[in-house]
Amino acid sequence: MADQDGPRRVAPKTAFFNDPKIRSIIYQLIVMGIIVAFVVAVAKNTAANLAAQNKTTGFDFFVQPSGFDIFFTLIPYDRTSYYWEAFVVGLLNTLLVSVIGVFFATILGFIIGVARLSSNWIIAKLAMIYVEMMRNIPLLLQLFFWYTAVLKTMPNVKGSFVWFESIVLNNRGLYLPKPVPDDRFIWVVGAITIALIGTFTLKYWARKRLEKTGQRFPVFWSSVGLIIGLPAIVWLLSGTNLTFDIPTRQGFNYKGGVGLPPEFMALLLGLVLYTAAFIAEIVRSGIVSVDKGQTEAAQSLGLKDGDRLRLVIIPQAMRVIVPPLTSQFLNLTKNSSLAAAIGYPDLVSVFMQTTLNQTGRAVEVVFITMSVYLTLSLLTSAYMNWYNSRVAMVER
Amino acid sequence: MAKNNTIYVREEIIAEKPAPNLSKGIVGWLRENLFSSVLNSILTVIGVAFLIWVVPILYGFLIGNAVWPGEGVTKADCQAPGAGACWAYIEDRMSFFIYGFFPQDAYWATQEGFFASIMAYWRVNAVFLVGILLIVPLMWPDLPYKGINAILFFAVYPVFVYFMLTGGVFGLEEVPTVKWGGLTVTLIIGLVGIVVSLPLGIILALGRQSKMPIIKSICIMFIEVWRAVPLISVLFMASVMLPLFMPVGMSVDKLLRALIGVSLFSSAYMAEVVRGGLQALPKGQFEAAASLGLNYWKSMFFIILPQALKHVIPGIVNSFIALFKDTSLVAIVGIFDLLKTVLVANLNLDWASKNQAITGYLFAAMVFWVFCYGMSRYSLMMERRLDTGHRDK
Repeated sequence: MADQDGPRRVAPKTAFFNDPKIRSIIYQLIVMGIIVAFVVAVAKNTAANLAAQNKTTGFDFFVQPSGFDIFFTLIPYDRTSYYWEAFVVGLLNTLLVSVIGVFFATILGFIIGVARLSSNWIIAKLAMIYVEMMRNIPLLLQLFFWYTAVLKTMPNVKGSFVWFESIVLNNRGLYLPKPVPDDRFIWVVGAITIALIGTFTLKYWARKRLEKTGQRFPVFWSSVGLIIGLPAIVWLLSGTNLTFDIPTRQGFNYKGGVGLPPEFMALLLGLVLYTAAFIAEIVRSGIVSVDKGQTEAAQSLGLKDGDRLRLVIIPQAMRVIVPPLTSQFLNLTKNSSLAAAIGYPDLVSVFMQTTLNQTGRAVEVVFITMSVYLTLSLLTSAYMNWYNSRVAMVER
Repeated sequence: MAKNNTIYVREEIIAEKPAPNLSKGIVGWLRENLFSSVLNSILTVIGVAFLIWVVPILYGFLIGNAVWPGEGVTKADCQAPGAGACWAYIEDRMSFFIYGFFPQDAYWATQEGFFASIMAYWRVNAVFLVGILLIVPLMWPDLPYKGINAILFFAVYPVFVYFMLTGGVFGLEEVPTVKWGGLTVTLIIGLVGIVVSLPLGIILALGRQSKMPIIKSICIMFIEVWRAVPLISVLFMASVMLPLFMPVGMSVDKLLRALIGVSLFSSAYMAEVVRGGLQALPKGQFEAAASLGLNYWKSMFFIILPQALKHVIPGIVNSFIALFKDTSLVAIVGIFDLLKTVLVANLNLDWASKNQAITGYLFAAMVFWVFCYGMSRYSLMMERRLDTGHRDK
């Protein structure tokens, strides 16, 4: 071996600047130096600019009265409220439209994704046309289109569309009946909670039993019975009386119920229809990615059609679908910032536009807004990493 | 051997019988694709009903009842009850949609005819023409001289565009960027985004794969921060913060601010695409490059990147599509791109009518759609071409 070749040769001495380790340290120091110099220069310039414009800095504006109104808020807010309250209003509005948007976009996306793979020629082509149209047109343009189409073409208050005498649609928005629970309704909520816990326990027990004895338990139907039946019984027994606050016309406008302004509707519509096209493509590629051999293998094991889908195909498709799906959810949340263009008061519109213009605290406001989105993004990627590690394929 | 006279052995193969009438031709196709089951038939009926409902409405609005440009067509025609899309309005404002406020050439503006209308904006049109002449051979897979072509497009062409549009040299009239507008600006932002984000994205991706901890963490931070925030907040930041970052008294051109924002934003996305390609390469390629004695940059440029980039061409084109769609966001910070010119023109009273705004949006949507769909088709084609069969199919 090496010993028999005589004395081991010492590696020729290299100049220190050719040593990869030292080189790497030097490179990194140079890059670090450039970046530090850049940051210092920027900070200096910013300070000088702010001083030249006689602008103060700091986060004290948070506890000053904002002095502007927001027409759509989830918490009590008026022009005497503080800036931090305006911030919370914007954040909640962003989260509201994102959560509802994610819900509907997922449903629509799955339907269209499956439709694209349909053996029915017309349905598959219609789904394809939808996808190719939606994802090749900028979202902002679609928002403007929906806003104009929704706002301009709706009738005025006098000629409102009214369905079931409780749902009202006009050019000031969509009005839905609002459920008003009484005191005893808390029992029904409790029953729903118990039913949910019971379902999970049942599922766990049934699986253990299946593994032990091979006997099956109809988990799905018993869960449905539990979740619907238990609250229904409690509802009847407690004698609770759920009333609805129905929107009614008073003078020149509708009052009561839940009022959703057209800005919200347009933003939601645009986000849902746009994101659904991307989700549809993700779902399609997920389903296609499951090899045909898996279906055949499941069939040769004697699994029924439903079990084959539930136990073999869907789990493998989900592994491909979920990671890009989460990033679409994040995209939808980020895209909701386009609200600024059509006047829906989301975080960017309330905080980065109005607050920034009023207070002039550009650095602080930009920093906070970006931190919010960064946090949302980090939370999403943390979830995605957790999910990936859970479902990752165990390779041989 | 004597001829076997057994009568039941056939000596020739029976000719194939034609397929049953129900499983061939149009009938067979219909049965297989539209009426293969009860559910399928129901879906077909629903789909056909939907088409019968929608197609006449769309046809009427877009073509049948639409107001087409012509002699003496005015807004009164578009205001008529039952009138569809007001295409005459688009035709009337076309030069605004394409060139914005770019000044016309003094001589040709006074001339009549189609040629004169092209020559009135000859500077912008020259930019378009040279762009097409460079980009078509670059994208055409079979044509040679890709290297020179790429250098011309990525390095020389932007300089040409800059001098051609800003002017001030070679006797060209100087045009400030606030006068640029329309499709020109949309394409410029897209072009600059592509030209900057591709190399910057490659460098960031390499930095993220680097073994040097400081460089790696800087690249990760840069990429993750840009990817986490919405582009609109980046544009707001660029428009309010960049002036603050500059030395006192120095101002940054408004268009330049947006260009910087868009370019940095899209290079973070590009970096992730390129990283996918780097990770897909087997480790043996890196080791083979090292064993040839190539240093880091040589092994990257001659061995690793050509393979990695080839893998991710569809991904790169997809992020170009996203970038191109995102250029429309600069309208919010007040830059006259295609969308902004449409928004402004929609307020114009010369064509005030019910469908004016919708027609404007439809026009902008069609322009964006043609570009984006074209790019995505191209990426599909490249994907098929470059699939050199390493995977067993």
